[in-house]
Amino acid sequence: MPKQTLPQVPIKKGEPAYKLWIFEPGWKGELPLILNPRQLAEQKRPALLPGHRLCAGCAAPIIVKLASFAFRGPTIVVNATGCLEVATTIFPYTSWAVPWIHNAFENAASTGSGVEAAIKALKKTGRLPYDHVDVVIFGGDGGTFDIGFQALSGAAERGHDFLYILYDNEAYMNTGIQRSGGTPPFAWTTTSPVGKVIPGKQQAKKPIADIMVAHRIPYVATATPAHWLDLMKKVRKGIEVDGPAFIHALSPCDRGWRHGTELAIEIARRAVDTCYFPLWEWTPETGYMLTDRSLAIARNPSLKQPIEKFVEVQGRFKHLLKPENRELLKKFQEYVDMVWEDLLKRAVNTPK
Amino acid sequence: MAELRGYKELPIGAIPFRLSTDYKTGDWRALRPVVDHNKCVKCMLCWIYCPDMAVIWDGEKILINYDYCKGCGLCAHECPVKAITMEPEPTE
Ligand SMILES: Cc1ncc(C[n+]2csc(CCOP(=O)(O)OP(=O)(O)O)c2C)c(N)n1
Ligand code: SF4
Ligand code: SF4
Ligand code: SF4
Ligand SMILES: [Mg+2]
Repeated sequence: MPKQTLPQVPIKKGEPAYKLWIFEPGWKGELPLILNPRQLAEQKRPALLPGHRLCAGCAAPIIVKLASFAFRGPTIVVNATGCLEVATTIFPYTSWAVPWIHNAFENAASTGSGVEAAIKALKKTGRLPYDHVDVVIFGGDGGTFDIGFQALSGAAERGHDFLYILYDNEAYMNTGIQRSGGTPPFAWTTTSPVGKVIPGKQQAKKPIADIMVAHRIPYVATATPAHWLDLMKKVRKGIEVDGPAFIHALSPCDRGWRHGTELAIEIARRAVDTCYFPLWEWTPETGYMLTDRSLAIARNPSLKQPIEKFVEVQGRFKHLLKPENRELLKKFQEYVDMVWEDLLKRAVNTPK
Repeated sequence: MAELRGYKELPIGAIPFRLSTDYKTGDWRALRPVVDHNKCVKCMLCWIYCPDMAVIWDGEKILINYDYCKGCGLCAHECPVKAITMEPEPTE
Protein backbone atom coordinates (compact mmCIF):
# COMPACT_ATOMS: atom_id res chain seq x y z
CA MET A 1 0.00 0.00 0.00
CA PRO A 2 1.46 3.43 -0.90
CA LYS A 3 2.46 5.65 2.00
CA GLN A 4 -0.28 8.10 2.90
CA THR A 5 0.70 11.74 2.76
CA LEU A 6 -1.39 14.73 3.67
CA PRO A 7 -1.16 17.94 1.64
CA GLN A 8 1.42 20.29 3.07
CA VAL A 9 0.24 23.87 3.30
CA PRO A 10 2.87 26.24 4.73
CA ILE A 11 1.58 27.45 8.11
CA LYS A 12 3.30 30.27 9.98
CA LYS A 13 1.78 29.56 13.37
CA GLY A 14 -0.20 26.64 14.74
CA GLU A 15 -0.93 23.08 13.63
CA PRO A 16 -0.45 21.81 10.05
CA ALA A 17 -3.51 22.47 7.91
CA TYR A 18 -4.58 18.81 7.76
CA LYS A 19 -3.93 16.12 10.33
CA LEU A 20 -4.78 12.54 11.17
CA TRP A 21 -5.89 12.08 14.75
CA ILE A 22 -3.29 9.78 16.26
CA PHE A 23 -3.19 9.12 19.99
CA GLU A 24 -0.16 7.23 21.24
CA PRO A 25 -1.04 4.24 23.45
CA GLY A 26 -1.18 5.45 27.04
CA TRP A 27 -2.38 8.91 25.96
CA LYS A 28 -4.09 10.57 28.89
CA GLY A 29 -5.91 13.80 29.36
CA GLU A 30 -8.63 15.72 27.63
CA LEU A 31 -8.51 17.87 24.52
CA PRO A 32 -9.51 21.43 25.46
CA LEU A 33 -12.82 22.86 24.27
CA ILE A 34 -11.64 26.03 22.54
CA LEU A 35 -14.25 28.73 22.04
CA ASN A 36 -12.03 31.56 20.79
CA PRO A 37 -12.12 31.60 16.96
CA ARG A 38 -8.46 32.52 16.42
CA GLN A 39 -7.22 29.87 18.85
CA LEU A 40 -9.59 27.38 17.27
CA ALA A 41 -8.13 28.09 13.82
CA GLU A 42 -4.59 27.66 15.10
CA GLN A 43 -4.99 24.67 17.37
CA LYS A 44 -7.88 22.53 16.12
CA ARG A 45 -8.03 20.34 13.06
CA PRO A 46 -11.28 18.66 12.03
CA ALA A 47 -11.91 14.92 11.97
CA LEU A 48 -13.05 15.29 8.36
CA LEU A 49 -10.53 15.86 5.56
CA PRO A 50 -11.15 17.66 2.28
CA GLY A 51 -11.66 15.72 -0.92
CA HIS A 52 -15.03 14.41 0.24
CA ARG A 53 -17.71 14.35 -2.42
CA LEU A 54 -20.60 16.01 -0.53
CA CYS A 55 -22.25 18.71 -2.69
CA ALA A 56 -20.70 22.17 -2.74
CA GLY A 57 -22.22 24.13 0.15
CA CYS A 58 -23.65 21.12 2.03
CA ALA A 59 -24.12 21.72 5.76
CA ALA A 60 -23.45 18.13 6.84
CA PRO A 61 -19.62 18.42 6.77
CA ILE A 62 -19.86 21.71 8.69
CA ILE A 63 -21.76 19.91 11.45
CA VAL A 64 -19.19 17.10 11.53
CA LYS A 65 -16.28 19.54 11.52
CA LEU A 66 -17.71 21.62 14.39
CA ALA A 67 -18.65 18.51 16.36
CA SER A 68 -15.11 17.16 16.02
CA PHE A 69 -13.67 20.37 17.45
CA ALA A 70 -15.49 19.36 20.64
CA PHE A 71 -14.24 15.76 20.78
CA ARG A 72 -12.34 15.22 24.02
CA GLY A 73 -9.83 12.54 22.96
CA PRO A 74 -9.75 9.18 21.17
CA THR A 75 -13.08 8.87 19.37
CA ILE A 76 -14.66 6.28 17.09
CA VAL A 77 -17.20 7.57 14.62
CA VAL A 78 -20.12 5.41 13.52
CA ASN A 79 -22.07 6.39 10.43
CA ALA A 80 -25.49 5.37 9.15
CA THR A 81 -25.93 5.06 5.39
CA GLY A 82 -26.72 8.40 3.78
CA CYS A 83 -25.07 11.33 2.03
CA LEU A 84 -22.45 11.78 4.73
CA GLU A 85 -21.40 8.13 4.71
CA VAL A 86 -21.50 7.65 0.95
CA ALA A 87 -19.70 10.85 0.01
CA THR A 88 -16.94 10.62 2.63
CA THR A 89 -15.96 7.02 1.91
CA ILE A 90 -16.05 6.48 -1.84
CA PHE A 91 -13.82 3.43 -2.23
CA PRO A 92 -10.83 3.43 -1.96
CA TYR A 93 -10.91 6.89 -0.36
CA THR A 94 -11.82 7.98 3.14
CA SER A 95 -12.19 11.54 4.42
CA TRP A 96 -12.07 10.50 8.05
CA ALA A 97 -9.07 11.42 10.18
CA VAL A 98 -10.44 9.29 13.05
CA PRO A 99 -11.46 5.59 13.21
CA TRP A 100 -14.78 5.21 11.45
CA ILE A 101 -17.27 2.38 10.91
CA HIS A 102 -20.31 1.99 8.71
CA ASN A 103 -22.58 -1.00 8.86
CA ALA A 104 -26.04 -0.46 7.39
CA PHE A 105 -28.76 2.14 7.00
CA GLU A 106 -30.98 1.05 9.87
CA ASN A 107 -28.49 0.03 12.55
CA ALA A 108 -26.05 2.86 13.30
CA ALA A 109 -27.19 2.91 16.95
CA SER A 110 -26.77 -0.88 17.23
CA THR A 111 -23.32 -0.66 15.65
CA GLY A 112 -22.45 2.12 18.08
CA SER A 113 -23.74 -0.05 20.95
CA GLY A 114 -21.44 -2.86 19.85
CA VAL A 115 -18.44 -0.55 19.55
CA GLU A 116 -19.13 0.81 23.03
CA ALA A 117 -19.54 -2.70 24.47
CA ALA A 118 -16.22 -3.73 22.88
CA ILE A 119 -14.47 -0.70 24.37
CA LYS A 120 -15.86 -1.62 27.79
CA ALA A 121 -14.72 -5.24 27.44
CA LEU A 122 -11.21 -4.19 26.41
CA LYS A 123 -11.03 -1.82 29.34
CA LYS A 124 -12.21 -4.46 31.81
CA THR A 125 -9.57 -6.90 30.62
CA GLY A 126 -6.80 -4.27 30.66
CA ARG A 127 -6.39 -4.20 26.89
CA LEU A 128 -7.55 -0.64 26.21
CA PRO A 129 -4.50 1.62 25.83
CA TYR A 130 -6.51 4.73 26.84
CA ASP A 131 -8.59 5.91 29.81
CA HIS A 132 -11.61 6.28 27.61
CA VAL A 133 -12.64 6.09 23.97
CA ASP A 134 -15.74 8.02 22.99
CA VAL A 135 -18.32 6.85 20.48
CA VAL A 136 -20.03 9.42 18.26
CA ILE A 137 -22.71 8.32 15.79
CA PHE A 138 -23.85 10.38 12.80
CA GLY A 139 -27.15 9.48 11.17
CA GLY A 140 -29.40 11.25 8.66
CA ASP A 141 -33.11 11.88 9.17
CA GLY A 142 -34.15 8.81 7.19
CA GLY A 143 -31.70 6.76 9.22
CA THR A 144 -32.95 8.25 12.50
CA PHE A 145 -36.62 9.29 12.41
CA ASP A 146 -37.61 6.29 10.30
CA ILE A 147 -35.61 3.20 9.49
CA GLY A 148 -33.02 3.48 12.30
CA PHE A 149 -35.44 4.50 15.02
CA GLN A 150 -35.93 1.07 16.54
CA ALA A 151 -32.16 0.60 16.84
CA LEU A 152 -31.80 4.07 18.38
CA SER A 153 -34.65 3.62 20.84
CA GLY A 154 -33.27 0.24 21.91
CA ALA A 155 -29.74 1.56 22.35
CA ALA A 156 -31.06 4.49 24.39
CA GLU A 157 -33.07 2.15 26.60
CA ARG A 158 -30.05 -0.13 27.13
CA GLY A 159 -28.08 2.91 28.19
CA HIS A 160 -25.00 2.65 25.97
CA ASP A 161 -22.54 5.48 26.41
CA PHE A 162 -22.53 7.31 23.06
CA LEU A 163 -23.43 10.60 21.48
CA TYR A 164 -25.83 10.27 18.55
CA ILE A 165 -25.83 13.28 16.23
CA LEU A 166 -28.72 13.45 13.81
CA TYR A 167 -27.88 15.64 10.80
CA ASP A 168 -31.36 16.43 9.61
CA ASN A 169 -31.62 17.50 5.97
CA GLU A 170 -35.32 16.70 6.12
CA ALA A 171 -35.52 14.03 3.40
CA TYR A 172 -33.79 10.94 2.03
CA MET A 173 -31.31 13.03 0.05
CA ASN A 174 -28.77 10.45 -1.01
CA THR A 175 -31.37 8.49 -2.95
CA GLY A 176 -33.03 11.50 -4.57
CA ILE A 177 -35.04 13.65 -2.13
CA GLN A 178 -37.79 11.32 -0.84
CA ARG A 179 -39.90 12.55 2.08
CA SER A 180 -39.12 11.24 5.57
CA GLY A 181 -40.56 11.55 9.07
CA GLY A 182 -38.31 14.60 9.35
CA THR A 183 -39.68 16.42 6.30
CA PRO A 184 -41.74 19.44 7.36
CA PRO A 185 -45.35 20.00 6.27
CA PHE A 186 -45.81 21.50 2.77
CA ALA A 187 -42.23 20.75 1.69
CA TRP A 188 -41.81 19.56 -1.87
CA THR A 189 -39.97 16.24 -2.23
CA THR A 190 -40.03 13.73 -5.08
CA THR A 191 -42.50 11.60 -3.09
CA SER A 192 -44.53 14.55 -1.77
CA PRO A 193 -44.71 16.50 -5.01
CA VAL A 194 -46.44 19.84 -5.37
CA GLY A 195 -49.23 19.75 -7.92
CA LYS A 196 -52.97 19.77 -8.44
CA VAL A 197 -53.56 16.96 -5.93
CA ILE A 198 -51.36 17.92 -2.95
CA PRO A 199 -49.26 20.99 -2.02
CA GLY A 200 -46.20 19.08 -0.75
CA LYS A 201 -46.00 16.91 2.36
CA GLN A 202 -49.32 16.47 4.12
CA GLN A 203 -48.05 15.43 7.54
CA ALA A 204 -46.19 17.10 10.41
CA LYS A 205 -42.51 16.73 11.30
CA LYS A 206 -41.97 14.02 13.87
CA PRO A 207 -40.74 15.63 17.15
CA ILE A 208 -37.70 13.36 17.29
CA ALA A 209 -35.77 15.27 19.95
CA ASP A 210 -38.82 15.27 22.27
CA ILE A 211 -39.16 11.55 21.65
CA MET A 212 -35.56 11.13 22.80
CA VAL A 213 -36.35 13.25 25.88
CA ALA A 214 -39.14 10.78 26.62
CA HIS A 215 -36.45 8.07 26.82
CA ARG A 216 -35.09 9.94 29.88
CA ILE A 217 -31.50 9.66 28.64
CA PRO A 218 -28.91 11.97 30.26
CA TYR A 219 -28.70 14.61 27.52
CA VAL A 220 -30.78 15.80 24.55
CA ALA A 221 -30.29 19.00 22.54
CA THR A 222 -31.00 20.71 19.24
CA ALA A 223 -28.35 22.59 17.27
CA THR A 224 -27.50 24.17 13.94
CA PRO A 225 -24.14 24.70 12.23
CA ALA A 226 -24.84 28.46 12.09
CA HIS A 227 -24.84 28.61 15.90
CA TRP A 228 -21.40 27.04 16.02
CA LEU A 229 -20.46 27.88 19.62
CA ASP A 230 -23.76 26.51 20.88
CA LEU A 231 -23.24 23.35 18.80
CA MET A 232 -19.70 22.77 20.05
CA LYS A 233 -20.69 23.24 23.70
CA LYS A 234 -23.58 20.83 23.31
CA VAL A 235 -21.42 18.19 21.64
CA ARG A 236 -18.92 18.35 24.49
CA LYS A 237 -21.76 17.98 27.04
CA GLY A 238 -23.20 15.06 25.09
CA ILE A 239 -19.83 13.32 25.10
CA GLU A 240 -19.19 14.03 28.77
CA VAL A 241 -22.41 12.57 30.17
CA ASP A 242 -22.42 8.93 31.14
CA GLY A 243 -24.91 7.14 28.92
CA PRO A 244 -26.70 7.96 25.68
CA ALA A 245 -26.90 11.54 24.44
CA PHE A 246 -28.75 12.81 21.40
CA ILE A 247 -28.29 16.00 19.38
CA HIS A 248 -30.70 16.96 16.63
CA ALA A 249 -28.79 19.22 14.21
CA LEU A 250 -30.56 20.92 11.31
CA SER A 251 -28.57 20.39 8.11
CA PRO A 252 -29.57 22.59 5.14
CA CYS A 253 -29.20 20.77 1.81
CA ASP A 254 -28.94 22.90 -1.30
CA ARG A 255 -29.91 20.05 -3.65
CA GLY A 256 -32.99 18.97 -1.77
CA TRP A 257 -34.15 22.28 -0.35
CA ARG A 258 -33.48 23.98 -3.68
CA HIS A 259 -31.38 26.89 -2.48
CA GLY A 260 -28.15 28.61 -3.50
CA THR A 261 -24.94 26.82 -2.54
CA GLU A 262 -23.86 29.81 -0.44
CA LEU A 263 -26.95 29.79 1.80
CA ALA A 264 -26.68 26.79 4.15
CA ILE A 265 -25.62 28.86 7.16
CA GLU A 266 -27.99 31.72 6.34
CA ILE A 267 -30.95 29.31 6.19
CA ALA A 268 -29.95 27.56 9.43
CA ARG A 269 -29.84 31.00 11.06
CA ARG A 270 -33.27 31.88 9.67
CA ALA A 271 -34.65 28.54 10.88
CA VAL A 272 -33.85 29.64 14.42
CA ASP A 273 -34.85 33.30 13.94
CA THR A 274 -38.31 32.22 12.76
CA CYS A 275 -38.61 29.65 15.59
CA TYR A 276 -39.02 26.93 12.97
CA PHE A 277 -36.08 25.18 14.65
CA PRO A 278 -35.65 26.37 18.26
CA LEU A 279 -32.38 25.79 20.10
CA TRP A 280 -32.66 24.04 23.45
CA GLU A 281 -31.13 21.39 25.64
CA TRP A 282 -32.64 19.00 28.14
CA THR A 283 -31.29 16.97 31.02
CA PRO A 284 -33.31 14.95 33.55
CA GLU A 285 -32.09 17.32 36.29
CA THR A 286 -32.85 20.64 34.59
CA GLY A 287 -35.66 19.92 32.15
CA TYR A 288 -35.91 21.95 28.93
CA MET A 289 -33.60 24.97 28.69
CA LEU A 290 -33.66 27.41 25.76
CA THR A 291 -30.18 28.28 24.47
CA ASP A 292 -28.43 30.86 22.31
CA ARG A 293 -30.66 32.79 19.89
CA SER A 294 -33.84 31.02 20.97
CA LEU A 295 -33.33 32.22 24.54
CA ALA A 296 -32.80 35.74 23.19
CA ILE A 297 -36.09 35.49 21.26
CA ALA A 298 -37.94 34.23 24.35
CA ARG A 299 -36.62 37.26 26.25
CA ASN A 300 -37.44 39.66 23.45
CA PRO A 301 -40.26 38.26 21.27
CA SER A 302 -39.93 41.14 18.79
CA LEU A 303 -36.84 39.33 17.46
CA LYS A 304 -39.03 36.48 16.18
CA GLN A 305 -39.22 36.57 12.37
CA PRO A 306 -42.23 35.50 10.27
CA ILE A 307 -41.95 32.05 8.67
CA GLU A 308 -41.69 33.70 5.20
CA LYS A 309 -38.09 34.51 6.09
CA PHE A 310 -37.32 30.78 6.25
CA VAL A 311 -39.51 29.81 3.32
CA GLU A 312 -38.59 32.53 0.79
CA VAL A 313 -35.04 31.31 0.13
CA GLN A 314 -35.98 27.68 -0.56
CA GLY A 315 -37.41 26.27 -3.77
CA ARG A 316 -39.04 23.36 -1.92
CA PHE A 317 -41.47 25.90 -0.39
CA LYS A 318 -41.88 28.26 -3.33
CA HIS A 319 -45.54 27.30 -3.86
CA LEU A 320 -46.28 28.72 -0.40
CA LEU A 321 -45.51 32.23 -1.66
CA LYS A 322 -48.11 32.13 -4.42
CA PRO A 323 -51.13 34.37 -3.70
CA GLU A 324 -53.54 31.43 -4.01
CA ASN A 325 -51.62 29.57 -1.29
CA ARG A 326 -51.76 32.29 1.35
CA GLU A 327 -53.91 29.99 3.46
CA LEU A 328 -51.19 27.29 3.45
CA LEU A 329 -48.52 29.75 4.52
CA LYS A 330 -50.79 30.82 7.37
CA LYS A 331 -51.21 27.18 8.36
CA PHE A 332 -47.44 26.70 8.31
CA GLN A 333 -47.03 29.78 10.54
CA GLU A 334 -49.64 28.41 12.96
CA TYR A 335 -47.83 25.07 13.06
CA VAL A 336 -44.49 26.76 13.84
CA ASP A 337 -46.12 28.97 16.51
CA MET A 338 -47.80 25.98 18.11
CA VAL A 339 -44.49 24.10 18.43
CA TRP A 340 -42.69 27.22 19.73
CA GLU A 341 -45.41 28.11 22.27
CA ASP A 342 -45.41 24.54 23.51
CA LEU A 343 -41.64 24.73 24.04
CA LEU A 344 -41.94 28.08 25.84
CA LYS A 345 -44.40 26.49 28.26
CA ARG A 346 -42.00 23.65 29.03
CA ALA A 347 -38.68 25.51 29.14
CA VAL A 348 -37.60 26.36 32.68
CA ASN A 349 -35.76 29.51 31.60
CA THR A 350 -38.61 31.12 29.65
CA PRO A 351 -38.97 34.63 31.10
CA LYS A 352 -42.27 34.82 33.00
CA MET B 1 -5.29 1.67 -8.13
CA ALA B 2 -4.63 -0.92 -5.48
CA GLU B 3 -3.14 -4.30 -6.33
CA LEU B 4 -5.76 -7.04 -6.53
CA ARG B 5 -6.10 -9.43 -3.61
CA GLY B 6 -7.95 -12.71 -3.17
CA TYR B 7 -10.77 -13.12 -0.68
CA LYS B 8 -8.53 -14.93 1.81
CA GLU B 9 -6.18 -11.97 2.02
CA LEU B 10 -8.91 -9.38 2.38
CA PRO B 11 -9.90 -8.22 5.85
CA ILE B 12 -13.57 -8.56 6.82
CA GLY B 13 -15.55 -5.63 5.48
CA ALA B 14 -14.38 -3.01 3.03
CA ILE B 15 -11.61 -0.73 4.18
CA PRO B 16 -11.35 2.58 2.37
CA PHE B 17 -7.60 3.07 2.71
CA ARG B 18 -6.59 6.09 0.68
CA LEU B 19 -7.00 9.57 2.05
CA SER B 20 -9.56 11.60 0.15
CA THR B 21 -7.03 14.44 0.08
CA ASP B 22 -5.62 12.57 -2.93
CA TYR B 23 -8.85 13.48 -4.70
CA LYS B 24 -8.96 17.14 -5.68
CA THR B 25 -12.48 18.55 -5.65
CA GLY B 26 -11.26 21.98 -6.80
CA ASP B 27 -12.23 21.18 -10.40
CA TRP B 28 -15.92 21.35 -9.40
CA ARG B 29 -15.56 25.10 -9.04
CA ALA B 30 -17.21 27.63 -11.36
CA LEU B 31 -16.50 30.70 -9.21
CA ARG B 32 -13.45 31.16 -7.04
CA PRO B 33 -13.34 32.98 -3.70
CA VAL B 34 -10.70 35.71 -3.56
CA VAL B 35 -9.76 37.27 -0.22
CA ASP B 36 -9.04 40.99 0.12
CA HIS B 37 -6.50 41.00 2.94
CA ASN B 38 -6.92 44.73 3.49
CA LYS B 39 -10.58 44.23 4.35
CA CYS B 40 -10.29 40.98 6.34
CA VAL B 41 -10.77 41.47 10.09
CA LYS B 42 -9.54 37.94 10.87
CA CYS B 43 -12.79 36.83 12.51
CA MET B 44 -12.27 33.22 11.30
CA LEU B 45 -15.92 32.73 10.32
CA CYS B 46 -14.94 31.60 6.81
CA TRP B 47 -12.54 29.09 8.36
CA ILE B 48 -15.20 27.87 10.78
CA TYR B 49 -17.92 27.43 8.15
CA CYS B 50 -16.14 26.20 4.99
CA PRO B 51 -17.71 22.77 4.26
CA ASP B 52 -14.57 21.63 2.44
CA MET B 53 -11.81 22.59 4.87
CA ALA B 54 -10.48 24.74 2.01
CA VAL B 55 -10.03 27.90 4.08
CA ILE B 56 -6.63 27.92 5.73
CA TRP B 57 -5.50 30.20 8.53
CA ASP B 58 -1.72 30.23 8.33
CA GLY B 59 -1.31 32.14 11.59
CA GLU B 60 -1.21 35.51 9.83
CA LYS B 61 -3.74 35.49 7.05
CA ILE B 62 -6.60 33.63 5.40
CA LEU B 63 -5.66 31.49 2.39
CA ILE B 64 -7.90 29.46 0.10
CA ASN B 65 -6.80 25.98 -0.89
CA TYR B 66 -8.03 25.84 -4.49
CA ASP B 67 -7.20 22.13 -4.67
CA TYR B 68 -10.37 21.44 -2.69
CA CYS B 69 -12.52 24.60 -2.75
CA LYS B 70 -15.75 23.73 -4.59
CA GLY B 71 -16.70 27.37 -5.04
CA CYS B 72 -19.92 27.21 -3.04
CA GLY B 73 -19.62 30.87 -2.01
CA LEU B 74 -20.59 30.22 1.59
CA CYS B 75 -17.44 31.92 2.92
CA ALA B 76 -18.15 35.04 0.88
CA HIS B 77 -21.78 35.08 2.00
CA GLU B 78 -20.88 34.74 5.68
CA CYS B 79 -17.93 37.15 5.74
CA PRO B 80 -19.15 40.03 7.95
CA VAL B 81 -17.05 42.66 6.11
CA LYS B 82 -17.43 41.31 2.55
CA ALA B 83 -13.70 40.66 2.26
CA ILE B 84 -14.28 37.65 -0.01
CA THR B 85 -15.55 38.03 -3.56
CA MET B 86 -16.54 35.22 -5.88
CA GLU B 87 -14.79 35.72 -9.21
CA PRO B 88 -15.13 33.75 -12.44
CA GLU B 89 -12.57 30.97 -12.81
CA PRO B 90 -9.90 31.88 -15.31
CA THR B 91 -10.86 29.88 -18.42
CA GLU B 92 -7.30 29.03 -19.35
C1 LIG C 1 -32.18 -1.08 4.23
C2 LIG C 1 -31.87 -0.07 3.21
N1 LIG C 1 -32.86 0.53 2.53
C3 LIG C 1 -32.61 1.48 1.63
C4 LIG C 1 -31.32 1.86 1.37
C5 LIG C 1 -31.03 2.92 0.33
N2 LIG C 1 -30.63 4.19 0.92
C6 LIG C 1 -29.32 4.53 1.04
S1 LIG C 1 -29.10 6.06 1.65
C7 LIG C 1 -30.77 6.31 1.73
C8 LIG C 1 -31.31 7.63 2.17
C9 LIG C 1 -30.70 8.18 3.41
O1 LIG C 1 -31.47 9.22 3.89
P1 LIG C 1 -31.08 9.97 5.22
O2 LIG C 1 -30.90 9.01 6.33
O3 LIG C 1 -32.05 11.07 5.43
O4 LIG C 1 -29.62 10.55 4.88
P2 LIG C 1 -29.27 11.63 3.75
O5 LIG C 1 -28.85 10.88 2.53
O6 LIG C 1 -30.45 12.48 3.52
O7 LIG C 1 -28.13 12.41 4.33
C10 LIG C 1 -31.47 5.19 1.28
C11 LIG C 1 -32.93 5.10 1.19
C12 LIG C 1 -30.29 1.23 2.11
N3 LIG C 1 -28.99 1.57 1.94
N4 LIG C 1 -30.58 0.27 3.01
S1 SF4 D 1 -27.82 16.07 -1.43
FE1 SF4 D 1 -27.95 17.57 0.21
S2 SF4 D 1 -27.25 16.55 2.08
FE2 SF4 D 1 -26.59 15.31 0.30
S3 SF4 D 1 -24.51 16.03 -0.13
FE3 SF4 D 1 -25.89 17.22 -1.43
S4 SF4 D 1 -26.35 19.08 -0.24
FE4 SF4 D 1 -25.48 17.57 1.18
S1 SF4 E 1 -16.23 28.87 -1.74
FE1 SF4 E 1 -17.04 27.25 -0.37
S2 SF4 E 1 -15.55 25.56 -0.56
FE2 SF4 E 1 -14.55 27.42 -1.35
S3 SF4 E 1 -13.46 28.25 0.39
FE3 SF4 E 1 -15.45 29.29 0.33
S4 SF4 E 1 -16.74 28.07 1.70
FE4 SF4 E 1 -14.94 26.81 1.22
S1 SF4 F 1 -14.91 35.82 7.26
FE1 SF4 F 1 -14.04 37.60 6.17
S2 SF4 F 1 -13.23 38.90 7.79
FE2 SF4 F 1 -13.59 36.91 8.71
S3 SF4 F 1 -11.61 35.88 8.51
FE3 SF4 F 1 -12.80 35.30 6.73
S4 SF4 F 1 -12.23 36.78 5.13
FE4 SF4 F 1 -11.55 37.61 7.10
MG1 LIG G 1 -31.74 13.05 5.01
